[in-house]
Amino acid sequence: MNNAAASQTSEVSTKAALHSSQIVKIQDLNVFAGDHHILKNINLEIPRNKITVLLGPSGCGKTTLLKCMNKLTDLYRELKVSGSIFIEKDDILNTTTNIPSIRQKMGLLSQRPYPLPVSIYRNVSYGLKLKGVRDRKLINFSVEKHLREVGLWEEVKNRLNAPATSLSIGQQQRLCLARGLAVKPSIILADEPTSALDPISSKIIENLFKDIKKHYTIILVTHVLRQAIRLADHAIFMIDGEIIEQGDPEELFKNPQTEELRAYLVDGN
Amino acid sequence: MRRIKILEEKFFVFLSAFMTYSLITVLAFIILVIFIKGFNALNLDMILKTPQGGYYYGGEGGVLNAIMGSLYIAVGATLIAIFIGMPAALYINVQLVRYRRTQNTIRYFLDALWGIPSIVYGAFGFTLMLFLGMNASLLAGIITVALLISPIMVRTFDEVLSTIPRGLHEASLALGSTRTETAFRVMLRQGFSGFITAILLSFGRGIGDAASVLFTAGYTDNIPINLDEPAATLPLAIFFQLGSPIPEVRERAFASAVILTIIILAISLSARIISKRYSRSNLK
Repeated sequence: MNNAAASQTSEVSTKAALHSSQIVKIQDLNVFAGDHHILKNINLEIPRNKITVLLGPSGCGKTTLLKCMNKLTDLYRELKVSGSIFIEKDDILNTTTNIPSIRQKMGLLSQRPYPLPVSIYRNVSYGLKLKGVRDRKLINFSVEKHLREVGLWEEVKNRLNAPATSLSIGQQQRLCLARGLAVKPSIILADEPTSALDPISSKIIENLFKDIKKHYTIILVTHVLRQAIRLADHAIFMIDGEIIEQGDPEELFKNPQTEELRAYLVDGN
Repeated sequence: MRRIKILEEKFFVFLSAFMTYSLITVLAFIILVIFIKGFNALNLDMILKTPQGGYYYGGEGGVLNAIMGSLYIAVGATLIAIFIGMPAALYINVQLVRYRRTQNTIRYFLDALWGIPSIVYGAFGFTLMLFLGMNASLLAGIITVALLISPIMVRTFDEVLSTIPRGLHEASLALGSTRTETAFRVMLRQGFSGFITAILLSFGRGIGDAASVLFTAGYTDNIPINLDEPAATLPLAIFFQLGSPIPEVRERAFASAVILTIIILAISLSARIISKRYSRSNLK
């Protein structure tokens, strides 16, 4: 577990090992949709093996920022992206690395689950097959491992060949997480992953995040302030495409430096 | 005021229900008339024999030539249309996902092609046939009908693919699929029921069309063995027999119509069953 080891050392001497403790670094990121300036001069760093929460009102550009990181902005021709996003020292906006392999460094969890139109088993094995893994035993092992990792194994082990859509929506979201983990990413991008879920399923997802952050860096977009307070190790507050404040969540939420965040904290509570 | 609203509600509920059921009644009536008029001529000979001597004057035989010709042409044309339609529809929805204007332009042209009367395709096919030095034949018929039904295939499949949520498309890409993998492993699967519907609609249109095969496939009393032989078709069998002054032959026209209708109904039903089976594992 390299990541876990790295996180321990980084916790010991955060300042000394600043570079290895950062997994994502964004510099001067600007996104335009036509004349509309969606993201304005974004500069931020995201710590490794921590939960970083992107917080802000709806429409402030959180989702767009997330989509920039795994290049899903490519699907929208109207979006013009400029600047640099370093992921493990590779600037993915100006690189020759092929896009699928960049995306496989990140698992995506979207607002509602989108299971692939195949069985539960094949949802999890999908990423492995893309990577060219053909060994049945290895695939079986990996499917079980990742379904266990998201706490779904006991619930589905007797119906692995059932369509993924036969699961409840909360289970589907965990399946989507397992599917993402099977690709062995180092980062999980979670775009309001609990917004379509009931409170119990939401709680399960939140607890999962706390468990798996040992091995993964989680970037969580949310507009639920309480969720941000519960989960954040590092918080970034955005309004209208700009980063207003970022840093240690305790500090941020106790002593907001800006009027905007103060107002948001009052309304959010 | 309240009473007027209730009256208005009742009136429109009645109107829409009436229109729906009258349409169904008319369709049922058409099928009923065909069955009644063709009933006397319906026998095993009709579907098991080709026209014998004097068939068109009420003599022995059946329309096996037209049944087989129609099936050959419709199956051949549908296969070609699948090879054209499936990649085209996936291309529009996966590769062109960033280019909405191009997508819409292509859809506009395909709709226009869908709307062109089949006699125009027939005339085009005829010209093409002469240009290539071919005779009226099974192959010419297949090509012409394939051209006729390809836009239907693409647009019907495309219509279903375009309703697939963007989130699923993104989920597939986020897992590291290339666009081709997304197209064939995710979109095609998710839209499979639409694909089956597209095949069914195209096949139905292909097997039932008379004008496109009138000049291109020709007509013959034999079952074609090679692609360069002319082929009879059911719509033309109906057309020719219906124009006869002899009542028995006109009856056989209706019997042929019954056969054509049954083929289309059977295919429609089986396609529905297949597509239902495949849409079970789809996102709702």
